[in-house]
Amino acid sequence: MTEYLIRFVVGGVVVSAFAMLGDVLRPKSFAGLFGAAPSVALATLGIAIYQHGVDYAVLQSHAMMAGALALAIYSVVVCQLLIRARLRALPATLLTLVVWLAVAVGLLKLAGGAT
Amino acid sequence: MTPIRISPSSLREGRWYEYLVRFALGGAATVLAGLISSYFGASVGGLFLALPAIFCASATLIESHEIRRKREAGFSGARRGQQAAALDAAGAALGALGLLAFALMFSVLVTTSIVGAFLGASAAWLVVAVAAWMVRRKTRLVRRNTGSAEQRGPALPRSR
Repeated sequence: MTEYLIRFVVGGVVVSAFAMLGDVLRPKSFAGLFGAAPSVALATLGIAIYQHGVDYAVLQSHAMMAGALALAIYSVVVCQLLIRARLRALPATLLTLVVWLAVAVGLLKLAGGAT
Repeated sequence: MTPIRISPSSLREGRWYEYLVRFALGGAATVLAGLISSYFGASVGGLFLALPAIFCASATLIESHEIRRKREAGFSGARRGQQAAALDAAGAALGALGLLAFALMFSVLVTTSIVGAFLGASAAWLVVAVAAWMVRRKTRLVRRNTGSAEQRGPALPRSR
């Protein structure tokens, strides 16, 4: 329980810090870079090394590459939905989560990632 | 001249509960990544280190801020809000390339130095993301200039 409380607080602080940095930066497309900042990774990988060792963190970072590529595709799809389909931000970002998950799992399977 | 600038006044546009939502979402995403790693293993859990949960919140906030600003000026602001969120998404796509570099650099460096891995990977994210953004910006500027030059016609009048 304490572990998950620590994860929650550390994750919340790191994510908020990157989000605030994104808020104050202009132009908006540059600030958008911080929407894909390694905030969750920074909070998680340190705990992973402490609890399970370096090899575990290496496995996680290999899988994270698939997640990052899926995030790039996700962001492009969201951008298209907002501009061409004229969806609002909330439905566009939530619906496209399915695309992120499908691409991420597909890439992980292609790379032969063990579960 | 650098096109990147800092606008601290933007922080005043946010409401206190918006910051609370982002804190909670960030915490929840980190807990989720930990839970999934415990139940499904390190590989599946690793995918969730690049979960776009925070992006969902950021894009929605940007849209609502833009709509609020336009409404205060007497406009609907819905289209402007979508465009602002789309710009944020375009930036996030480039940031994701930086995230790929982060993961690659971390996996290479962590076996030799843990602190070095965090520093090197963070630097790789920043360099790749900013470089990708600058390349995109330059490409768009060149394309825009070429387009307007074609509309204007040849720079030098043809001799008859």
